[in-house]
Amino acid sequence: MRANGMTEQGIQGKPAEERLALNRELAQMLKGGVIMDVTTPEQARIAEEAGACAVMALERIPADIRAAGGVSRMSDPVLIKRIQAAVSVPVMAKCRIGHFAEAQVLQAIDIDYIDESEVLSPADDVYHIDKARFSAAFVCGARNLGEALRRIAEGAAMIRTKGEPGTGDVIQAVRHMRAMQQELRRVAALDEDELFEAAKQLAVPLDLLRAVHETGRLLVVNFAAGGIATPADASLMMQLGAEGVFVGSGIFKSGDPARRAAAIVKATANYQDAELVAALSEDLGEAMVGINADEIQLIMEERGQ
Amino acid sequence: MSAPRVAVLAVQGAFAEHEAVLQGLGCETFQLRQRADALKPFDALVLPGGESTVQAKLLHELDMFDPLRRAIEEGMPVLGTCAGLILLAQDVREEGRPSPVRGFGTLPVAVERNAYGRQLGSFQAEGQAHAGLPNREDPVPLRFIRAPRITSAGEGVEVLVSLEGQPVCVRCGDQIGCAHHPELTADARIHERLLELIP
Repeated sequence: MRANGMTEQGIQGKPAEERLALNRELAQMLKGGVIMDVTTPEQARIAEEAGACAVMALERIPADIRAAGGVSRMSDPVLIKRIQAAVSVPVMAKCRIGHFAEAQVLQAIDIDYIDESEVLSPADDVYHIDKARFSAAFVCGARNLGEALRRIAEGAAMIRTKGEPGTGDVIQAVRHMRAMQQELRRVAALDEDELFEAAKQLAVPLDLLRAVHETGRLLVVNFAAGGIATPADASLMMQLGAEGVFVGSGIFKSGDPARRAAAIVKATANYQDAELVAALSEDLGEAMVGINADEIQLIMEERGQ
Repeated sequence: MSAPRVAVLAVQGAFAEHEAVLQGLGCETFQLRQRADALKPFDALVLPGGESTVQAKLLHELDMFDPLRRAIEEGMPVLGTCAGLILLAQDVREEGRPSPVRGFGTLPVAVERNAYGRQLGSFQAEGQAHAGLPNREDPVPLRFIRAPRITSAGEGVEVLVSLEGQPVCVRCGDQIGCAHHPELTADARIHERLLELIP
């Protein structure tokens, strides 16, 4: 047994590489879809009926976490179980950065994906969870290629931008996605003998960087998250290279959640068709009010680098 | 003969993976995202893995359902994997109850959604190839991701791949359905079988 209570082979005794491949493959199945934050079984059903490809079960959505302040923790397992019972799509849940015991709890209740998330209060300001020790799948936030590859080295099977959660301001997600795409292009264009120095600068394992160099891709699926509130926001992120989107506070903090959720799903599937995105943007009611990301005190995106 | 033109449903899911396999087999591919796409000419159709609830909803709401169902009913060769199998199956159940997913219902099989449980129940295996596939002595690498299970098959359904004696990939006429994901492995025999169905 190791310090975090997991065995060398992971909980179910399946080889770690096989589990990681299966977990990366589930993320592939989510591509082109919208993952929605929900806080009740009723919201989960609304999200599923609107076309969510997965839901994130939370006690409070990020906007309310930000408003409430204090320490924000993993949700009550009974809430997550009720949401699991309410829908047939995958159910994700968040644990605190570095809080491997919360992650063990989520794995124990058969969660489909664990989000080791900067939206909750970090439990460890040095170490992330050693995710490769788990059978469960993990998604982690990243602002750039270096953060993404460090999370992948730790066993993350999916990456998302960090955005600035709960603000309804898409600027950070745009920044992170642009940074990621620029660095992917740069690494792909490097000479072989330049990879050693690049790995050092990015503070990432050389073998992962070499794989990025060879494929020109991030190795795992990369979604946009943070501040996406409208069909045009979703289209923007998809055009910038996101493979799907998370919508947090943007749906259930808006005037007509079911309608807005369905419109964002269709806009994500047809992000290149501006006429359709225009039609989908009509009459959605009030969008989330939002907070300008420059005006806030608590910067969540800097948690866990 | 010119390259076969294969339409891949691309409203959600792992459609790019199918396109890569098909292009590797010399096909031209294009994505079905809305009605105008579904009205273009094509020689075969692929329904990829993903979430069947999302795909079925968008097929209806983006007005592709009727033209695609007509094409399948008129003998268009079609391959459905995982969610795609659910869209093709005549009888879809969840925990034994009828599923709300409204698919094409053209393939005479019954399937149970999420039959192996949640993601922790996802697994890899090696399946047995049957007479309908070439090199049948070679095992078929199988990936099951929150997969459905084929629980019964009607008349005229041929088993292409089985696992522990149970069908996981079947063909009926011009339709092929698999519970697993051939697009995630290097074994292209199922895609090749689809292309053989093109007259």
